[in-house]
Amino acid sequence: MITYSFLQHYWWFVISLLCGVLTFLLFVQGGQSMLYSLAKTDDEKKLLLNALGRKWEYTFTTLVTFGGAFFASFPLFYSTSFGGAYWVWMLLLFCFVLQAVSYEFHSKPGNIFGANTYRAFLFINGVLGTFLLGVAVGTFFTGSAFSVNKENLLSVGNTGGGVISRWENPFHGLEALGNLSNWCLGLSILFLARTLAALFFVNRLDHAALVEKSKKYVLYNGAPFVIFFLIFLIWTLFAEGFAVDPGSGIVSMEKMKYWHNFLQMPIVLVMFLLGVAAVLYGIAGTVFKNNFRKGIWYSGVGTVLTVTMLMLIAGYNHTAYYPSTYDLQSSLTIQNSSSSEFTLKVMFYVSLLVPVVIGYIAYAWRSLEKKRLSMEDLKSDEHTY
Amino acid sequence: MEILNASLVNWSRAQFAMTAAYHWLFVPLTLGLGVMMAIMETKYVRTGDEKWRKTAKFWQTIFGINFAIGVATGIILEFQFGTNWSNYSWFVGDIFGAPLAIEAIVAFFLEATFISIMFFGWNRVSKKAHLTATWLTILGATLSAYWILVANAWMQHPVGMNFNPDTVRNEMTDFWAVALSPVAVNKFFHAVLSGWGLGASFVVGVGSWYLLKKRHVDFALKSIKMGAVFGFISFILLAVTGDGSAYQVAQKQPMKLASMEGLYKGKSGAGMVAFGILNPNKQAYNDTIDPYYFKIELPKLLSLLGYRDINAFVPGINDIVEGGYTLPDGEKALSFDEKKERGQLAIRALANYQKAKKEGRDSDATEYKNTLHENYAYFGYGYLTKGQDSIPHVPLTFYSFHLMVIIGFYFILMFAIVWYVVHKKKMETATWLQYIALWSIPLAYLAGQLGWIVAEVGRQPWTIQDVLPVQAAVSGLSTGNVITTFILFATLFTLLLVAEVTIMVKQIKKGPEL
Repeated sequence: MITYSFLQHYWWFVISLLCGVLTFLLFVQGGQSMLYSLAKTDDEKKLLLNALGRKWEYTFTTLVTFGGAFFASFPLFYSTSFGGAYWVWMLLLFCFVLQAVSYEFHSKPGNIFGANTYRAFLFINGVLGTFLLGVAVGTFFTGSAFSVNKENLLSVGNTGGGVISRWENPFHGLEALGNLSNWCLGLSILFLARTLAALFFVNRLDHAALVEKSKKYVLYNGAPFVIFFLIFLIWTLFAEGFAVDPGSGIVSMEKMKYWHNFLQMPIVLVMFLLGVAAVLYGIAGTVFKNNFRKGIWYSGVGTVLTVTMLMLIAGYNHTAYYPSTYDLQSSLTIQNSSSSEFTLKVMFYVSLLVPVVIGYIAYAWRSLEKKRLSMEDLKSDEHTY
Repeated sequence: MEILNASLVNWSRAQFAMTAAYHWLFVPLTLGLGVMMAIMETKYVRTGDEKWRKTAKFWQTIFGINFAIGVATGIILEFQFGTNWSNYSWFVGDIFGAPLAIEAIVAFFLEATFISIMFFGWNRVSKKAHLTATWLTILGATLSAYWILVANAWMQHPVGMNFNPDTVRNEMTDFWAVALSPVAVNKFFHAVLSGWGLGASFVVGVGSWYLLKKRHVDFALKSIKMGAVFGFISFILLAVTGDGSAYQVAQKQPMKLASMEGLYKGKSGAGMVAFGILNPNKQAYNDTIDPYYFKIELPKLLSLLGYRDINAFVPGINDIVEGGYTLPDGEKALSFDEKKERGQLAIRALANYQKAKKEGRDSDATEYKNTLHENYAYFGYGYLTKGQDSIPHVPLTFYSFHLMVIIGFYFILMFAIVWYVVHKKKMETATWLQYIALWSIPLAYLAGQLGWIVAEVGRQPWTIQDVLPVQAAVSGLSTGNVITTFILFATLFTLLLVAEVTIMVKQIKKGPEL
């Protein structure tokens, strides 16, 4: 029943889902990127920071889990992409390191760099973190220049063997910025994160001026998000994709591959459309209805669905999810890059704990969010940022 | 084919060492202070004494400052296995990735979720729910230590795996052998207890500072009393687990043990160096220079601790390189050259296996596969050239180990005295002891760093013991790339450390709101 192929597909689904959840949770970064524009006074900034500061660890932990799960299930991706597209990943990590200290440090006495430095850190994380993640995921559809040859490890020399995965571009990942399609996904993730943040503020804040302004920001950011996302989507669906022959494993270019994947997996297409509709409903409802404050939940669930389904068409239906434009046959598929059947099975059992994790996260979220956050709460709370 | 140069390997190692060293500045305090803080809150919930609540809350603020920077320095470590050690990530990712993923799923979410209730839930959830959240936060942190130490222990002593020549990687065959490896269990207790010891030293030191300043005396005495008991027990248990760790090292990494002791020529009934100064002129294992200027030895102790037998033979560096001595299982030890030959045989057999498979020569492939498996235990030696390559940096390993042990015993004594003085109700007036306790805090940090130097420098040149040396594990980057990220992160972490220390000092000066 639990075959190797099932496990590979199961784990690609888990990775896709984590990517979807991570994209939703990037609303924290989106909020950070609006720190200077949405909030004008110091008090307003403080309120925004405290609303986001109760959530940043979820995004951070999901990113770490995304990395860990990728390592455990598809180690060849881990070694090829992280070791190759070095600069994209290192810059991303740098942004997240900046974020991790900023909430706790920025308002503490004795902070020698001043609150503004940490706010700038949060802003950098908000803009660069979301954009670079989008660009990195864009390469799942547009490809990167690398080669994989496991026999390189066997070359014995005075200074050691060769590398299994070799990046064939000296910019080590930054070359992804030379592709407009990657830019479109990067920018759509940035604006989506900002839209979700504005929706989150509408939902969470007990502050009339900020809520009103956030509603406008939903429109200002939702519109560019939709434009960039549509460009990326149409471009990707109708461009050539990286198809894998199921018998021989040979990778070749196929016209409209990702569109075909949708057609050949109608459930994925339906879920994708539902996801997009939910995102748009959340945005439209907030913009056009006066007392509509649940937009974050519609758009949040919609984001998870949309991104998960996009990742599924990148890896399912005989598609190379991390394609190589340098050597097509080096492209990574869920078959050639996965862990062994034994490890995937062990991790399958571990993943059954995830509902428990979701359960206690829901409990914690609800216990802390019984009422909307106001300036008064910050005065009475014993721990504020 | 890309040839990986020594400079790239060294810079990649330096970057990992730097980030790990920074991370370990913060993690031990999280582990130790967390438990004490939770005990304090438990006292509050049990007694309803508001002072305990405020005491717990003060330490929680310190915990929060330290926790944030621990998180910041931790994320880079996980991803560095991929960014800087890409061959490694493929070669053992099938086994090594699992504990990392489990750490994230089982531990990080627990920690991240309940820490928010711990910080923001004082007025939002019941007392008992808050206490549970505090304990679950610490449990999460401790579980996270367990899984990352499972991963580390597996590198020191790879178990529960089989090499698959078709995929050119090691694959997991026994999850429980990996998860419950005695090396991992020992390492976990030793590392976590070192965190508890550091936390205790921190609490006692800061409490003593308040006594010196004649401020918050009641709070300080409460904290010192708890810290002294906690610290004393932690350091006694550290000595026990340290013995367990040394025993595991003797069995599984004899070269590391020999380096820890600066032992070049092995002997039966070997003594343990209590104090010694190495001769810096000794450059090679096989030169004739005496390795010591001076040493004081405790007779027979090394044999006893390493092999549970006062007359057991402890091989020295020369013995391990030259082989020929009798192993505990009765077999003759191979020399470095023999291991290297067998490693090269294994590597060649793998290459031939791949070729035979491609050409459809199945019987040849089977033969090569058998040769590979017969010699796989020495696979990594095939990448080394000379015996000297298999020896770690002896002075660094030796001094780190001995200084760590000395500091460990110093803390047992210090905590015993503090406990006694507190018990006699004389701590408030014992200014000399207050100064000692305060200035001992850096020693606890130093001991933790030294412990990791022993563990990691002592196992060189291996990323995976005997199977994969560092030069075959690294990513194919230019050295310039790695130097740039090294400088970037070293600068950032240093600035953040300065910020953290100043914030913490300010917070301590401000004191608890009693």
